[in-house]
Amino acid sequence: MIQEGIVRHGIGRLVSLIPTLLMLITIAFFLIRVAPGGPFDSEKPLPPEIRANLDAKYHLDEPLVQQYFRYLGQILVLDFGPSYQYKDWTVNELIARGFPVSLTIGGLAMVLAFVFGTSIGIAAALRQNSAVDYGAMGFAMLGISIPNFVIAPALILLFAVYAGWLPAGGWDWSVQRMILPVVTLALPVIAYIARLTRGSMIEVLHSNYIRTARAKGLPMSQIIRRHALKPALLPVISYMGPATAGLITGSVIIERIYSIPGLGSYFVTGALNRDYTLVMGVVIFYGVVIILLNFIVDLLYAWLNPRIRYDEAS
Amino acid sequence: MIPTRLYRHAKGLAAALIAALVLGACGGDENGEGAERSHRPVPVEEVLVDGRPDPGVLAEEQFLVRGNGEEPQTLDPHLAEGVPSSHILRDLFEGLATEAPDGHIIPGAAQRWNISADGLVYTFYLRRDGAWSNGDALVAEDFVFSIRRSADPATASNYATMLYPIVNAREVLAGALPPEELGVTSLDRFTLQITLTDPTPYFLNLLAHSSLYPVHRPSLEQYGDRFSRPGNLVSNGAFMLEDWAIRAYIDLVKNPYYHGADEVILEQVRYLPIEDQSTELKTFRAGEMHWTYDVPNNQFGWLRENYPDELVVSPWLGSYFFGFNTQREPFIDSPDLRRALTLAIDREVLTEKVTQFGELPSFNLVPAGVTDYEQSIPEYAAWTQEEREAEAQRLYAQAGYTAEQPLRIEIRYNTSENHKKVALAIASMWKQVLGAVATLVNEEWKVFLQNRDQQVVTQVFRAGWIGDYNDPYSFLSLFETNHGLNDYGYSNSTVDTLLEEIAKERIPGRRRRMMQETERIILEDQPILPVYTYVTRRLVDARLRGWQDNVMDHHYSRSMYLLKARDTSKPARASEEGE
Repeated sequence: MIQEGIVRHGIGRLVSLIPTLLMLITIAFFLIRVAPGGPFDSEKPLPPEIRANLDAKYHLDEPLVQQYFRYLGQILVLDFGPSYQYKDWTVNELIARGFPVSLTIGGLAMVLAFVFGTSIGIAAALRQNSAVDYGAMGFAMLGISIPNFVIAPALILLFAVYAGWLPAGGWDWSVQRMILPVVTLALPVIAYIARLTRGSMIEVLHSNYIRTARAKGLPMSQIIRRHALKPALLPVISYMGPATAGLITGSVIIERIYSIPGLGSYFVTGALNRDYTLVMGVVIFYGVVIILLNFIVDLLYAWLNPRIRYDEAS
Repeated sequence: MIPTRLYRHAKGLAAALIAALVLGACGGDENGEGAERSHRPVPVEEVLVDGRPDPGVLAEEQFLVRGNGEEPQTLDPHLAEGVPSSHILRDLFEGLATEAPDGHIIPGAAQRWNISADGLVYTFYLRRDGAWSNGDALVAEDFVFSIRRSADPATASNYATMLYPIVNAREVLAGALPPEELGVTSLDRFTLQITLTDPTPYFLNLLAHSSLYPVHRPSLEQYGDRFSRPGNLVSNGAFMLEDWAIRAYIDLVKNPYYHGADEVILEQVRYLPIEDQSTELKTFRAGEMHWTYDVPNNQFGWLRENYPDELVVSPWLGSYFFGFNTQREPFIDSPDLRRALTLAIDREVLTEKVTQFGELPSFNLVPAGVTDYEQSIPEYAAWTQEEREAEAQRLYAQAGYTAEQPLRIEIRYNTSENHKKVALAIASMWKQVLGAVATLVNEEWKVFLQNRDQQVVTQVFRAGWIGDYNDPYSFLSLFETNHGLNDYGYSNSTVDTLLEEIAKERIPGRRRRMMQETERIILEDQPILPVYTYVTRRLVDARLRGWQDNVMDHHYSRSMYLLKARDTSKPARASEEGE
């Protein structure tokens, strides 16, 4: 029964992905074209003949609507086209090389944030209004309010320049180069998750069925593990969907400060350079990632929360 | 209710956390903790034998790490534009001529050349030992193929205008003639002839530019668009491409087939595309880089104090100026008003207090430092600032503006901390000296370019130019009526005629005088407001030798080498990040 409901729901969601993506593509395609200037405008203007050659090479001389349908046709075969700015590479290649980097850093940061965030949150909730609680929440407040463009340079100064333990930046897939960016990315998320966990855990601990469990004499550790944890994590899970999408698609600030070749910077450099294909590529990619993650969160929700079942008419 | 004791406890904890973070951010050594690791190795005394470093003083590992700003757009020499790619291409490829560390032109792939008496026919004699990095011989036909490819409209090269001096180049670029009609032929296996339309005294300088580098035909035919990938790229310079991790690093290794390979000391060069200048500085401070691309603005004082031996500031072949749109009020037919605005600026204050990097105040278009040229310096350059301001006020009043009816204009600039500071300073100087009211308009780069080009909304706008080649013509030709970069709407038939004649003139003295005259007229007409001459600024590891300052800022890794570090336990200097 339940299985069937989830499968049906899943297929429905996947089908609804198509119009959402189509809308995203359409809006993004025309918005970036509205911005003044084009990919080949530079300080040294090109002779008109060369300009015409370039426009013809990239089909920019066609009417916009024709370009739009040409682009849709390309998307169907998953070809995002050549990058105007990074001329030696295609957008597919840029995403294929940038995404693993962002996924690694963002994924590790998410794991770190989940483990530490929930632990801190639970610890704070269990010792509500104690030194542990205030310490944890004080830390969380700091983590949320200090922006990462402050934390990142501070960490580099401490660990790379003064102590010399870790490299200042750069990327070669070595663990040493991942530590600082992962920690920087994770800090605010740890803080946020800790606050969410604490709040919902306190709420759950005050609910009737926990009180019943305690009255029956179950040990506290068992109550937490068996009965309180799953419902307490619900808000955390719903937060984690979009947060994970944000983390694994790269952060412009982290990539810039640590000089990391992730996906995040392509949004900005692509837009600034009017690299139409690159911007479209990353927008679509990001769209797909966020839709998929929201979908996963929905499924997790059903598993965690006995009150949500997809077999019921909603 | 929160128990008071706990509350105080929590407050103390929070305060401690904040203190720790703030201290971390500002640099802990203020309190004497965590002094900077001794990242600054001191080189041993350099010992030269016949002008070459003695092997005994060289570092074991000849691995140079250079900061390179942004990710290069491409490593195809004919499509390349932008400084980051050109740095790498100079190491990978070699044109017929190349540059010595001080910037002067020396033979490259060609051993020597003859120039015909009329200055139109260049005959190049290639090295017999010239080779590609895969061992193939480098022959005249390679250059014929490459220069044709560079001019071919199908290549769509952005820099093909560099080829304009060559016979039929304009027609080939426009698609009116096939690339085979270009004035480039091979006389035999090792002799190449290039014919020019007009004598172009700076033509040899162009030969060191990437649009005239050779490309390896077989690999281009085999790999097409992918020929510039690592593993595919075959080049003829001192180094060859080893690895390219997009936006992470580009590794070059010594090319064993390079004709001067015996003299190349570096074994490997790594280019790091670090966009953020403070990250680059930290990478340098952590000892992970020998040569930075730039240094952060605003930190000149701190750098000069803490890295006096590493900080290198030298004049660059570039002028920083603002432009007037002479097609729009209030600047139509008003050279006097433009002069007033130019005179009212205190350039000393601007460079010493605002930009602060040793930029040289300038009243000229052509920067100081161009070879074989003497700028036509306007008369008011020698005046005192008080005299300039008095004259500015006189001209301003004469143009009909008063305290009640002040001039109201917009200064437009593209997003950049530095441009903003300069524009702000200029606006306040105008306000102070003349009472003119200027509004600042910040625009994103592409929007700014479009507005400048259309000449509809602009009044005063940031401009500036870095010379493509070491010749005043690179600056003066921008002011030709039909030049694509003439965003000033400037048109003076005398200037147009002079520019045409300069292109044809081959007697150096006469050509120089004509160029001086052109510069004089342009400055007299005042379509621009000169501010300063650019400088290059970077940090260079004290162990790195074999390079020199030059106005083009072209630095070839092939002449560089790293000295051994002296084994001293010198106490680390206390330091504190500026700002």
